[in-house]
This record gives sequence, C-alpha cells and structure tokens, in this order.
Amino acid sequence: MIRFLIRRILLGIFVMWMVTVMVFGIFFVGPGPGDVARRIAGKDATPQTVQLIMERLHLNQSLFVQYWDFVKQLVWHHNLGYSYYHQEPVSTVLKAAFPITFSLAIGSAVIWLVLGVFSGVVSAVRRGSIWDRLATILALFFYSMPTFVLGLLLLYAFSYQFALHGIHLFPGQGYVYFTASPVKWFESLVLPWITLALISAATYTRLTRGSLLEVLGEDYIRTARSKGLTERRVIYRHGLRSALTPVVSQFGIDVGTLLGGAIITEQVFGMPGLGYTAVNSIEQQDLPVIIGIVIIATAAVVVANIVVDLLYAVLDPRVRLH
Amino acid sequence: MSLTGTSIGASFEDDPEFAAAEGEETAKIEGRSTWQLAWARLKRDRAAVISFVIIVLIVLMAIFAPLVATITGHGVNQQFRTTGLNTFGLPVAPGKTFWLGTDDLGRDILVRVAYGARISLEVGVLATLITVAIGAALGLAAGYLGGLVDTVIARLVDLILSLPYLLFAISLVSISKPGMKIVIIVIALFGWAAVARIVRGQVLSIREKEYIEAARSLGASSWRIMLVDILPNVTAQLIVYATLLIPVSIVAEASLSFLGLGIPPPTADWGQMLAEAETIYQQAWWFLVFPGLALLITTLAFNILGDGVRDALDPRFDRL
Repeated sequence: MIRFLIRRILLGIFVMWMVTVMVFGIFFVGPGPGDVARRIAGKDATPQTVQLIMERLHLNQSLFVQYWDFVKQLVWHHNLGYSYYHQEPVSTVLKAAFPITFSLAIGSAVIWLVLGVFSGVVSAVRRGSIWDRLATILALFFYSMPTFVLGLLLLYAFSYQFALHGIHLFPGQGYVYFTASPVKWFESLVLPWITLALISAATYTRLTRGSLLEVLGEDYIRTARSKGLTERRVIYRHGLRSALTPVVSQFGIDVGTLLGGAIITEQVFGMPGLGYTAVNSIEQQDLPVIIGIVIIATAAVVVANIVVDLLYAVLDPRVRLH
Repeated sequence: MSLTGTSIGASFEDDPEFAAAEGEETAKIEGRSTWQLAWARLKRDRAAVISFVIIVLIVLMAIFAPLVATITGHGVNQQFRTTGLNTFGLPVAPGKTFWLGTDDLGRDILVRVAYGARISLEVGVLATLITVAIGAALGLAAGYLGGLVDTVIARLVDLILSLPYLLFAISLVSISKPGMKIVIIVIALFGWAAVARIVRGQVLSIREKEYIEAARSLGASSWRIMLVDILPNVTAQLIVYATLLIPVSIVAEASLSFLGLGIPPPTADWGQMLAEAETIYQQAWWFLVFPGLALLITTLAFNILGDGVRDALDPRFDRL
C-alpha cells in the first residue's frame, strides 16, 4: 500500500514536471524568439519598446535561465510570477478567480452526483421499466448536449423569457460574491450549476446503471439473497457498495478537472473563474497567468487521481492485496 | 466460407431462411462471420437505423450545401443588409425569404447551417481517424513489444490523461495559425491516449494466446504478428470507439470555435455561429436555436449509432 502510494506520488511529480516543460515550450519556444515581447507590446510598438519589454520581463535571457528561474520561484518561494496585464502577482489573480470556480464546481458536483446515482440505481433496479427507459433516453440526450448549447438555451428560457414575463429569478450573466449577498450569490449560480450538473449527471446515470447491473449478477449477491436478506438490503448494502467504486473514481477525477476551471460554463455565464481568466489571458497574451492556471489545474487533477486511488483501496478490499 | 449439407437444414425449421431451402436437394448453409452477425443485429436496432438515416441526411446536407445556397439564392457569406436586417438593424425571424431567419450581419442561417455541417463532419471524421490510428499503433506496440517501448508509451498515456485537456488545447491553438488543421491536430494529440490504453490492455491478453505462440514459432515477424494476428482482433473495439469518438471530436471543434479559437470567421461553423449568437440571442432566438439543434442532432445521432454498434458487436452486454 505504502509502495503503491509512493509510486503514485512519484508519477504525479513527473506529470507536474512535464507540464512545466510543456507550457514553457508552448508559450516561449512555440512563437519564436522575440515574438512574446512583440505580442505584448502590440502591433504599433517601436523596436525600442519591444527591447524594453524583453529586458523587463527577462525575455532576453536564455530559455534555460528563464525556465530555471521559473521553477526556482515556484518550488522555493511558491511564487507563480507577475501578471503582465493585471500588473499584480499571478497568485493574486488566481486567488480572486478560484472561489468562483470552486462555488461552481462543488455545487454542480453535489447535484449531478445525487441525480446521476439516483437515476442510475432506479434504472438498474427497475430494469426495462418506463423509468429505466426515460432515464436512459434523458442520459443519452444530455450526454450528447454541448455545454454551451444547454447553457445558452437555459439563459434564454429562464433568464430572458422569465424576465420578459416579470419573473426576475435568475440573473443573466455575471457572478455575485457570497460575501456581497448570499441570496444573489445563489441566484447567480443556479443556472450554471444546472447546466454543468445535467450534462455530467448523464455520464453517472450510465455508469451507475451499468456497474450496478453487473454487480447484481455476481455470486455474492445470490448468497446475500439466499441468506434471506430483504431485497432493499441486498441492493443498497451489498450491491451498491461495490457498484459505486467506478462512480467514485470518475467523480474524483471530474471534480479535480473542474477545479482547474470550467472553461465553457464560465464563459457562457460570464463568471470570472479560472477558466474564464485562462481564456482572457490567452487573448491578452498574459503568459504568467496562463502558465499559473495550467499548473494549478494540472495539480488539481494529479491530486484528485491520488485521492481516488486511495479511496479505491478503502472501498474495495480486493485492491489492497495488490 | 460456405458449408453444404443435406440433413442439417432440418434442424433450423423455425428460421424461414432455412425452411425455404429445405425442399432443395442440397440446402446451402452459409456460415455467418462476426461482421455479418453484427450487421444483422444492428439492422434490427430501430434507434440505430434511424440515427444512421439522420447521419446520412446530414452528410447529404453537407455535400449539397452549395445547392441549398442556390435554391435560396443566398450565398453563404452574403450579407443582406436591407432584406436580412429589420429597420433597427436586427436579424429577421424565420419566414418566406429566410426560412431559418438571419444572423447579426443579415446572412441566411439555413445556408450557414448547411455549410457548417461540412466543417463539423470533416473535423469529426478526420480527427477521429487520426486519433484511432495513432492510438491503435502505439497501443499495439506497447502491448506487444513490452519492455522499454511499453514503459515510455504507458507513461506518455498517463501524462496525457492527467492533463486538463481543454486548457492545453486552447493554449496550443492560441500560438498557431488558426484553422481546421490545428484543431484536428489538437483533438488527436489529446485523444490518442485513451485509445492506446484500451488497445494495449487487449493486446496484453491476446499476446498470451496459443495461436500467437504458434505464429511466433513458425517464424512470423513481430510486424506480421501485430498486423495480421493481433490487429484484426481489436478491430471491433476500435470501430465502436471510433463511432463514439466522432461526436466527441465534433463537440471539441465546436467548443474551440465557440471560444474564438477554432475555425476563424467568416467560414460558417456551428460553434462560431453560437458564439456570435451569444450577444444577440435575446432578439433572435433562431440564431441560437438552429445551429444549436444542428449540433445536438448530429452528436445525438452518432452517440445512438455508436451505442447500437457496440451492442451489435458485443452481444454479451445485450441491452445492459
């Protein structure tokens, strides 16, 4: 178990290292030498301005020096650098964006987990029933639905059309901080939550249904039934426990990925979280901020992967043996 | 392969095919391959057949997009400033001249949706083919060759699967010349790993089979074993995966274009149309609904067909 954990952590460190190399490659080597400064300076900048920018941002030093400086700052000082555009530390920019992404991710995760697992269990237990068919069709529908299509349709129906009829329940785009007004915060999040939750829940319905059906066919379920346990106990205590293992691992990775920014949802609903900031920073050529977000987002996925593997061992005793 | 027999036919009396042949001197019994059986099962799957028909219609719409332009008399990038926009400069609703209405520049949405199908299908199919080809090749190599090759490929797969892919995709696209080529490259770059992982797992178990050992002891080269003996046994899974990967690729392209990082304007593209609609949909629902519907119907049809293909090729999970 300890050895397994160490191996996973080493793999995580390897991934993080490769990611710093890759983002450096993409943004500093990809466009060619001098191009970074030229892009920041704008189209009409004089060569002197470009030169000045290169000096100020240390872009005239060799790539290895730049990379080494970056890693040194990151590892020793936990410093992600300084935003070209916002003129403040990257960590300040990210700290402002993270609570928004966090509110969005956690809220929708709770909704989709409940929705997905519940409908998946109903589908599997009442296999072939009208509920099963309905859940399967809805799951396929939302599974195929692009996030921005659903988001925009919800905005049109529940924000715009409601407002036309005098119901101002859901604001259009934008985000209200919890500290500013908890009620407004909630209202601004309802539609983004539903958008993300409906699309993600579809995967969980399919996953839970398939997994539970497979488990219910196993020998130990027959044993549990023949012991005279009630059907409810057989399904929920014996069946669901191991059927949920793949669901838990999918959930961990999905939440981890989401914490690095729900790019499309944030864009549609105009919420300045990590994903929105990333897209804006790309337009502004604000490299330190993009690199910072990529690193935070990858770290979230890496940590989620390790947590999932640990949970796996806790949930399924068979894993511990290997 | 075909078998001929006289007495065997009698045991298949319930099957009309065989019952009809019974009277003949020598009833011809055809052994059906996995593919024929799968095809027969797929044909019975009504949802899959309907999806297939819808996909064919979408393909026809893409091919004959210029015809749609000719019939309506509206070019794909033609702006109708007087007829296509009302007195306030807003798009006009669906009607006799513009069947699906116009967009913010007074262009015909029907014509643009038809042309948009070209981009979606082209990217969807090309990106999927490249993804599956790379994934299958590397998965085969990792699974069969093992050793250092396996270690390197497996680590690469781990790495790619733990990246926040959309973030990396938009980063990569942002430093390249915008267009279809980079979109396809980015989709394949992040998609092959999942295919490679599946193929590798399959190959690991096939590799231990006796017939592979037999081939090896007959002096077959690694290339031959991988391509002739192993690859055909993972083809069914690859086909299922490819069908389900097409809608994923289509949505990926549309998402990039929606974020302004995919196909550059004025090329008609569904994702880009939706991005343009984002600013004006309150005044023009049709600008949001029709490209959105086109995208949804396409992905839905491919997903239903993909499910059907999976059930047909793998009857163990019959309607699971």
